[in-house]
Amino acid sequence: MTAVVYVVTWIALAVFVVACLARVVKWSRMPMHLRWELYPVAHEGGGRARYGGSYLEESKWWTKPRKVSLLGELKVMVPEILFLVALREHNRKLWTRSFPFHFGLYLVAIATMWMMFSGIVGAFVPGAASILGSITTTAVPVVGGVGLVLGLVGAIGLLLRRSSRELRDYTAPADRFNLGFFIVAFTVALATFVIVDRDFAVVSAFVANLVTFHMVAIPGSGLAALLPMLSAVLLALLAAYIPLTHMSHFIGKYFAYHAIRWKDEPNLQGGDEEKTINELLGQPISWAAPHIQGGGTKTWLDAATEEQKS
Amino acid sequence: MKEPRSVTDIAANPGQPLAHIETVEQVPLPPPFDDVDSEPGITPLSEEARAKYEVLDDTIAVSIAKPESKEEEERLVGLFLSGLEKLMHREDNWTFLAPFEMSMEHCARCQTCSEACHIYEESGHNELYRPLYRSEILRRIYFKYVKKESPKVHGDIELNWEVVARLIELSYRCNLCRRCAQTCPIGVDNGLLSREIRKIASQEMGIAARELHKDGSVLQLKAGSSTGMTPLVVKDNLEFIDEDTAERVGFEVTTPWDVEGADILLIHNAGEIMSWPENPGAFAVLFNAAGLSWTLSSEIAAYDAINYGVWYDDIQFARVAVKHAEAARKLGVKRIVLGECGHAHKALTVIADKVLTGDLNIPRESAITVMLEILRSGKVEVDPSRNDFPVTLHDPCNMVRLMGIVSPQREILQQVLPPGRFREMTPHGVDNYCCGGGSGFAIMSGHNFADWRHHLPGRKKFRQILEAFGDEPMDHDHPKYVCAPCSNCKGQIRDILAYYDAWEKAGIYYGGLVELIVNAMPQVQPGFIDWEWH
Repeated sequence: MTAVVYVVTWIALAVFVVACLARVVKWSRMPMHLRWELYPVAHEGGGRARYGGSYLEESKWWTKPRKVSLLGELKVMVPEILFLVALREHNRKLWTRSFPFHFGLYLVAIATMWMMFSGIVGAFVPGAASILGSITTTAVPVVGGVGLVLGLVGAIGLLLRRSSRELRDYTAPADRFNLGFFIVAFTVALATFVIVDRDFAVVSAFVANLVTFHMVAIPGSGLAALLPMLSAVLLALLAAYIPLTHMSHFIGKYFAYHAIRWKDEPNLQGGDEEKTINELLGQPISWAAPHIQGGGTKTWLDAATEEQKS
Repeated sequence: MKEPRSVTDIAANPGQPLAHIETVEQVPLPPPFDDVDSEPGITPLSEEARAKYEVLDDTIAVSIAKPESKEEEERLVGLFLSGLEKLMHREDNWTFLAPFEMSMEHCARCQTCSEACHIYEESGHNELYRPLYRSEILRRIYFKYVKKESPKVHGDIELNWEVVARLIELSYRCNLCRRCAQTCPIGVDNGLLSREIRKIASQEMGIAARELHKDGSVLQLKAGSSTGMTPLVVKDNLEFIDEDTAERVGFEVTTPWDVEGADILLIHNAGEIMSWPENPGAFAVLFNAAGLSWTLSSEIAAYDAINYGVWYDDIQFARVAVKHAEAARKLGVKRIVLGECGHAHKALTVIADKVLTGDLNIPRESAITVMLEILRSGKVEVDPSRNDFPVTLHDPCNMVRLMGIVSPQREILQQVLPPGRFREMTPHGVDNYCCGGGSGFAIMSGHNFADWRHHLPGRKKFRQILEAFGDEPMDHDHPKYVCAPCSNCKGQIRDILAYYDAWEKAGIYYGGLVELIVNAMPQVQPGFIDWEWH
């Protein structure tokens, strides 16, 4: 049983990492697209981001240095990630469910990552284990516990919201399954915390063994052993499942903002982008409408420059 | 049927409308237009139109002829699917692959976008007009029929000709203003999906709104302008405009043509030349007074800034953009300046940015920034007291939300209006509402479509205009000016004001931005803006 728990958890975590990386690679390798930005663009400098202005507000903009502010991006992205500001502004009803759900997830992820970090450092740095262990037993129960409660409350709220008149018809069985999966995994994890592992000692020991590749059996018997094993497996499977679904928007959102919505770099004459654009224009098209008749041989350039008979 | 009850209802009641709008179900407009019973409604579609074309709701935009046989229906459905597949190809759709796939895969279907949509709001929240309604149909078709995934994951839908035809019509119930995309917490763009549906129809099936394609971009590429003006005719018309403008302003006005080596190639929306000659006339007055080196081009397509491809077809878009750039290259100008036309701004400045390379990649900018430079330079004097009337500003989506040109037009208005005469609409700037004419609607009037676009998309803008002038006496004796620095927006606002008889009932007039500058120039005879109803 112990081996099964460890192997399933390892595989699930590996799937999570590989699936996330695959998503990142997929979005990174997307071909250049036509500009499709939406203002405000957060990195616009010179105070323009505040009201949604752009460098195109200047006459002969191509002769002037662009003012780009990384701080401006951070000022939008950090509150957006932490507090879901856009949802709060435009859909308060959903935000009251979605914010606790996401913030709970963040806290659970932080607690998990701390336990992983603590496990690795504790194994290789003599003397660190006791210091890290004391932080784990004091901080992780608070962070993890609050995270699980918030995540569970949020997931239940979202599931109920999906049954509302507005969302019901736009909810597929998979949407309910996804939220149900969260509810079950968080409920089991919360039960583990409340019933058998108030100081996260069992779970943190399991995580330490997991990241140092020691298959040490979870101590105890009955519920005391079963609940931690079950919650570990469920949470790991959940982690593996998320990036395989549309819930991978936590990755997609970065690209949606940085590679599309805020992607406003101009293609200046003689600049680096022209070569890429020429390559893209040299690709064949197969659009079949009478005014195109691409046929898989005509290129974009051919189609764009062919003379239209009068 | 008053409205569909579910996404799958898109296939319900073949041949019958899926939605119907009653004025009494809409939120009343502000006074003096608050009597919903006296609001003009939507003229019913003719029996002939219903029999001949596919029907979605109270109107018809695309005029999709009913197929004559089952085989023809199947062929068209097959084309729709192959087009949908091509939208996911790196070769066929590199232009929008990333934004399209992002919006297809990551939508949480949370309806946050719905309340941002003026059409959905003004319809009395009719389900058919939710931004998500059409996107959800497209996603379900894609995941079930192209990717062959289980309907349990993405939702179910049956695909047939009725669904395809109605989905194409439905893509023409969206202004592509992308206000919905602006509110999406994830970055999904349901506005883009409307455009991509239009692309499948045009690029694969050969189906598009006649005003945009046959009478639009095709005519522009063949004759030189969607107005039908040939190079000879446009030059004649400008000569007449110069004479007319000279009479108005009291001194000679000349529009230069085909000046090689000029600094600026100015491209107007040709609609200005046909419908609002005072606009190109005012540009000539202002640019000449400022001593700019500028010219128009008489090359095919280059005297008409429009590029309707941005609304429905990437190939047509690229063809027109190349024509504009080729004309500039031929003249050897240093920059292209776009006249008061929002979609032309976005098309040539932003979207064509990743199409034009080498010697076609000539810098492009807005006429608004050029006008502001003129005023800032002091080369042209203005007397704001000549514009002593209330003014509000319409923000064209293409210039503002989609290009970030927000501040210059306001700075211009500050300079040419007396204090206290300008008032903003609510909301404004990048949060503005579309005029209701966006994505080609302003030039689409087949069947009863004009009624529909005034009654739903345009109603929100009319509401905003009335609210902006809410503190003014609402009668014909107190003229008020809606400044719309975009030809299509101006056309739509003209039509809304006429639909509601707002000039007669409330003294609401409309016009461009450059006209306000010229009206304020002391060397110009008073009364350049003549309040003559168009």
